[in-house]
Amino acid sequence: MLTLKDLGKACLIALWFVVLTFPLMVIKVNPIDRIITWRWHNMLWVGLGSFLCYLAGRIWLARRDVRLRRIRQGLAEEKPPLSRRILQNPAIWRPLLAAGVLFFLAFPALFSTYQTNIMITALMYVVLGLGLNIVVGVAGLLDLGYVAFYAVGAYAYALLNLHFGLGFWTVLPIGGLLAATFGILLGFPVLRLRGDYLAIVTLGFGEIIRLILENWNEFSHGPSGISNIPRPGLFGIQMSLDQSITYLYYLMIGMVTFTIFVVNRLQNSRIGRAWFALREDEIACQAMGIDKTRTKLTAFALGATWAGMVGVIFAAKTTFVNPASFTFLESAIILCIVVLGGMGSIVGVIIAALVLILLPEYLRAFSEYRMLVFGAVLVVMMVFRPQGIVANIRKTYQVEEK
Amino acid sequence: MLELREVCTYYGNIQALRDISLRVEEGEIITLIGANGAGKSTTLMSISGIVPPKRGEILFRGRPIHELSADRIVALGICQVPEGRHIFPDLTVAENLDMGAFLRRDRKGIARDLDYVYSLFPILRERRNQPGGNLSGGEQQMLAISRALMARPQLLLLDEPSMGLAPLVTRQIFEIIRQINREQNTTIFLVEQNANLALKVADRGYVLETGRITMHDRAGALRANRDVQRAYLGI
Repeated sequence: MLTLKDLGKACLIALWFVVLTFPLMVIKVNPIDRIITWRWHNMLWVGLGSFLCYLAGRIWLARRDVRLRRIRQGLAEEKPPLSRRILQNPAIWRPLLAAGVLFFLAFPALFSTYQTNIMITALMYVVLGLGLNIVVGVAGLLDLGYVAFYAVGAYAYALLNLHFGLGFWTVLPIGGLLAATFGILLGFPVLRLRGDYLAIVTLGFGEIIRLILENWNEFSHGPSGISNIPRPGLFGIQMSLDQSITYLYYLMIGMVTFTIFVVNRLQNSRIGRAWFALREDEIACQAMGIDKTRTKLTAFALGATWAGMVGVIFAAKTTFVNPASFTFLESAIILCIVVLGGMGSIVGVIIAALVLILLPEYLRAFSEYRMLVFGAVLVVMMVFRPQGIVANIRKTYQVEEK
Repeated sequence: MLELREVCTYYGNIQALRDISLRVEEGEIITLIGANGAGKSTTLMSISGIVPPKRGEILFRGRPIHELSADRIVALGICQVPEGRHIFPDLTVAENLDMGAFLRRDRKGIARDLDYVYSLFPILRERRNQPGGNLSGGEQQMLAISRALMARPQLLLLDEPSMGLAPLVTRQIFEIIRQINREQNTTIFLVEQNANLALKVADRGYVLETGRITMHDRAGALRANRDVQRAYLGI
């Protein structure tokens, strides 16, 4: 299966990676003693590792080609991808789902507060991912400024609490509504834009919100932010820090469940079909009588709502907000979640959010290399599975025939 | 049924239509022929509201529609099959047809019309679970026409149904256009490069030259006209 040419290419690739990672993996400068340590053994590992990885990838691709050829010739039957086989067989996904639900329900009891805290963050990104998924994955509008709505929610809670003493539960819907309003506000000027142009305007919008928060001291307290934001309450019960983290965890579980339910219903509704159609072809949409303006604006508004609500939860979780939490990098990570998970796929987005947020946390063991590994995972994913972890399966309906 | 009165349409500063006036009567097939860039597609886009006119009036059953948005015009019963087909490539054939009925809520009527378009184009029934992008050019054109029919239009705007198709497939599609006109009593406004074929199926025709209507007559008369023959029929 492997030819000499493949081996040669593998050697070349190993050499390339050795050169590429040379400054990072081999040279170590100790500025205090002013010595340079040369870690030549690392070079060997990088070379060997990339050599073997390439060969493994090669074999995998070759086997896939053979299988595809057999399918074309009618010798083998086409097997649906693993994710689809799991999702379409209730005998497999039901126990899996039950195990997942049990795991997440028992999580705070099984793990430390530290772990629970990380999981809360991951769950927040699940909801953010599902929200952005409406805009980018379903309606196909590339939004690079999604974090702006997150900021709107967080500051809504911080400021309304500071000035009017409003509680968490009152602000949660207000934050959502406010973000939706901002979504429409952003939606109007970009109605005529598509693709790259749309991406740039949304990017600008995200930066505008952040810069306003940073510079308008009287309004937002500038870069120093707002502190002492109360955690979410529960009928006025006093809770210790551990208890309130556990409480927040279950609150987040509830939020995720609610989001999944609503987003799923939305995707299969009339408006959801209009979003799918809008992503595919705008002219055809208009010819079919779909109101382009309304469809786009609802996508922006309904996507932003989730970011606003998670923003409120974020402010309550950290008890402190400042503009530094809402940089472009956040938007990029949320976008990564959507793309990596598979555009438009709810299950994919959930898995991707958990992987992308938990991976850097648990890779801390690799200390300085963790972001390198993180990047490598993203690159490998996009090369081998550009359609995402779980490619979207749209519900299909059969019209009864007479 | 449809009347255009001195319609002028612009793309930015460029004027594409100059004082177009024409009438379409109930139940007829009307065709607009002309060279590339004459403004044929723009005329249809102006009627359907995708590129609204800057001046002039468009009346549908006596009601002005030139200021309505594209979706409201579809709701009134005017449906366009855009040039280059514009099917939804990632949606299946059945879903494409379903999108055609987007504005309708009468399930029984939709099911009946679905049966009807499947009877017109049996190949679409066979391919109903395939993504629209996998169909051949001819099948995509059939899908585009069927999708428009699913909106149950009173006036069907067809933009270049023969584009990129083999002569045999083109003839089949034109046969079906005539059948739709006959069976459903759908008025058809046909824009076509292939003037010969278009004038054969149409009742009346307009000739468009650089944004102006230069001639208008019964289709048979136009086919017999020396100027039309020289310019568009290649005789």
